[in-house]
Amino acid sequence: MLLLIQYTLIFASVLLLVALGGCFAEHSGVINLGLEGIMVIGALGGALMMRYAPEGIGAFPMIILVLLAALVFGALYSALLGVACINFKANQTIVGTALNMLGTAAATVIVKAINTATNPNDVSSTIQYVDEKKAFIVNIGTFEFNWFMFVAVVALVVAYVVLYKTKFGLRLMACGEHPQAADSVGINVYKMRWAGVLISGIYGGLGGICYILSGVSEWKFENGVAGFGFLALAVMIFGQWKPIRIAMAALIFGFFRALSNVYFGFEFLVELDIPGSVYNMLPYIICLIVLAFTSKKSRAPKAEGIPYDKGQR
Amino acid sequence: MSKKILRNEAFQSLFASFICIILGVLIGYIVLLFINPTGAGEAIMEVLKNFFHYSKANLQIKNFGNTLVKTAPLLMCALSILFSYKVGLFNIGAAGQYCVGICASIFCAIQFGLGWLPCMIIAAVCGAAYGAVVGLLKSYCNVNEVISGIMLNWIALYTTNMILNNVKETTSPYTFHLNTHGEQAMLPGLGMDKIFAGNTYVTIALPLAVLTAVAIHIILEKTKFGYELKATGFNKNAAKYAGMAEKRNIIVTLMISGAIAALGASFMYLTDYEQWSCTSSAVPAMGFNGIAAAFLGGLNPIGTIFSSYFIQHITNGGAYVDKTMYCSQISDLISAIIIYLCGFVFFIKYTMNQILDKQEEKAALKEKAAAEANTQEGGDK
Repeated sequence: MLLLIQYTLIFASVLLLVALGGCFAEHSGVINLGLEGIMVIGALGGALMMRYAPEGIGAFPMIILVLLAALVFGALYSALLGVACINFKANQTIVGTALNMLGTAAATVIVKAINTATNPNDVSSTIQYVDEKKAFIVNIGTFEFNWFMFVAVVALVVAYVVLYKTKFGLRLMACGEHPQAADSVGINVYKMRWAGVLISGIYGGLGGICYILSGVSEWKFENGVAGFGFLALAVMIFGQWKPIRIAMAALIFGFFRALSNVYFGFEFLVELDIPGSVYNMLPYIICLIVLAFTSKKSRAPKAEGIPYDKGQR
Repeated sequence: MSKKILRNEAFQSLFASFICIILGVLIGYIVLLFINPTGAGEAIMEVLKNFFHYSKANLQIKNFGNTLVKTAPLLMCALSILFSYKVGLFNIGAAGQYCVGICASIFCAIQFGLGWLPCMIIAAVCGAAYGAVVGLLKSYCNVNEVISGIMLNWIALYTTNMILNNVKETTSPYTFHLNTHGEQAMLPGLGMDKIFAGNTYVTIALPLAVLTAVAIHIILEKTKFGYELKATGFNKNAAKYAGMAEKRNIIVTLMISGAIAALGASFMYLTDYEQWSCTSSAVPAMGFNGIAAAFLGGLNPIGTIFSSYFIQHITNGGAYVDKTMYCSQISDLISAIIIYLCGFVFFIKYTMNQILDKQEEKAALKEKAAAEANTQEGGDK
């Protein structure tokens, strides 16, 4: 039971971080379908930092360094989306999809190159971080507290305050609702959209490193992040683009995702004798059902997905 | 005259695609340089050479055949994406529909012992049904087709693993070979293996895929049905206003898309070229590479035939790079970069037109000035 709570919380943290990222991008008017790729690259940044960080630097500096690496990688990678979609007015769907494919391909190529360079016989795309991972975990009894749960809560508070209590946040949201109107009162729409995309990169990168640190102590980069970026988008839609509701939604989805990891720990579930694949499918099926019921009256930012053209009326 | 060619839409698409390819390969080369500068040039040549890697003509032809075998399903996936994109829908679920196609064709072939045609038809029907789910969610529940498509991809993957688990070898995760457990379902070769140096995997799949491309071109460009679908894509509300059943059109589009992708799967798996691994942890890349092929082909069914071949060519070519220095995923990287660059196609075309406009304007001004000078001269006399 404790294990279920632990996994629920950690998966909910991942979903929350990434969904908040998507939330920032969409409020600024850019649909960020590349969150999946951003997660992979953020995870890559964090994993490389864990690999190359000097030994024995202690838990706290390690956490800070890894988080920094992940968010910098995520932000840099999201700049690819920004350049294409904001400055060159490219189709956001295509570019987002390209970023997803590029993220996995690039991470695989980079990690394989590093592995092969250190050991010519090693052609895997796996990075191990058995010891480094311990920095993130505090054992409270049998419950493994992961610092990312804390990071996610902080991220939530920050997102809420920034979006609703600051001038910047309100301006950002204006650019997603009616960019022309925002422009007319002197807000630089391009800058705001860039800010939205970069913030989503930061959140996405953090979510990525959180995801690969959630359970195992090594990660094979060929696998990507198993649709988590898209699950997070579903969480965002279910949460109606509002941080607090997104957090609730993340908990629900996190629970179903956790169930596929630990269902064999529950006797009554094992007795039902449902194949493991069904549990694997569960989060995606729930997601579809939830979307079917919530998308109809969705309150998406009005101007999302439409490239802003200054000359257009 | 040359200006007219530059203005031509088809030429501009072709030009833009070539820019994407050149830049994509160039960036791939730079990445290789970063990894290991000594063999980068050679590696990128291996990717581009693919089957020319072999010196014997016989082996070249045979491996050319292998590339073609995988081109057929890729072309189908690309067509699936292209078709729905023309109707304003981004069918990223093609990968899942492809997966469903694999499941249906292999299961029908081995479990029920059906022939190749029934297998193909059932696969297409299953794919259509799967595509319809996306369509229904889109038209009646307003669910973004990209997100529902991705969710359905994962559901398809796990379902396929679960179902095909019943027809797999006991010692390996792979499904049975068709040539031992379902020979009746293997696609007929029509003697094409003789052309490809005895490569028995080359079957009617290839001509069928090309025919599909032509058929889609005709449907989209020459029929009322295609026109209605495209109109729905341009503006759903306008189409509804004009009396078109826009909801039905969306669903039908995704059904056709799904059927095409699933057929693509049977083109591949009914040749016995590959078996499904029941422990797969990722959706087959074919559906995603189809996106690259569709956009690189300038969203034109005929162009897609060539772009599919190109994408498959470099994907297969990736297998020949020196594994002690690089990995075969370099070709995935290049395809991904190409898709990313395809996002800029609109901008490339826009810039081309802009430059041409300026030139024309200048020419017009010159002519005007010249004409004015002439009249002035005339006036002086």
